[in-house]
Amino acid sequence: MTTRREFLVLACGAASITAATTAKAQIDPNQQALRKAAMQDALRRVVGDAPVRRGRVKLQLPPLIDNGNSVPLSVAVESPMTAADHVRAIHVFTEKNPLPDVVSVTLGPRAGRAGLSTRVRLADTQTVLAVAQLSDGSFWSDSADVVVTLSACLEEGLI
Amino acid sequence: MARAVVTLPAQARRGEIIEIKTLAAHPMETGFRRTQLGELIPRDIIRRFVCTYNGAEVFRVDLHPAVAANPLIAFTTVATESGTIAFQWVGDNGYSVTETASIRVE
Repeated sequence: MTTRREFLVLACGAASITAATTAKAQIDPNQQALRKAAMQDALRRVVGDAPVRRGRVKLQLPPLIDNGNSVPLSVAVESPMTAADHVRAIHVFTEKNPLPDVVSVTLGPRAGRAGLSTRVRLADTQTVLAVAQLSDGSFWSDSADVVVTLSACLEEGLI
Repeated sequence: MARAVVTLPAQARRGEIIEIKTLAAHPMETGFRRTQLGELIPRDIIRRFVCTYNGAEVFRVDLHPAVAANPLIAFTTVATESGTIAFQWVGDNGYSVTETASIRVE
């Protein structure tokens, strides 16, 4: 026999679990698919048909973000940064922002270290991708998953 | 009012990697937001940031609407010689700001 007290405890627990799962910012599935395709297009425009390998790049983002309007992002690429072996470009893409591009960096051996720190906007809980192009023409990447509770660009019809 | 702040060491040893932090005052309006009346607010962003060391380009960034307002860009460069490091931000609606800093290299 369930007492009133037990029932209330269970009911409140269930309600809070539902609330926690819906607290993530979400865009509707059709738009998600379109934006994912847009990111793949943007990536192909940069890398062409060249393979993109994982590694050498380190993308740092906080795993949980309260406010998507200003998210600290830093990218660092392992490279000696000499005239013969350096990083030529770094690109950052997002999966679910209205536009996939975030920043594109052009650099050379005079940068000393291949890296950049900035602050970005994130529209949704998503994966962020960083791609680096080395002087030998190879591409390396790293991605980071972020959970966004309050999205940037709420005016875009995001819930 | 166009304004920018740049932080970097005033002097460095030759060959040392110095860290440069730049901050430009700019709303970075995305072009996706609407007013309460439903009108689209036109895009107004900084599109490009270039850093030149004694006239030679060392670092360039293309920015997109996904960069937060008042864009912060922190990066590094090698202190090769004494001189000036110039920073330029160029954007929509004729936005253009140039900031210079001098560095002494021993």
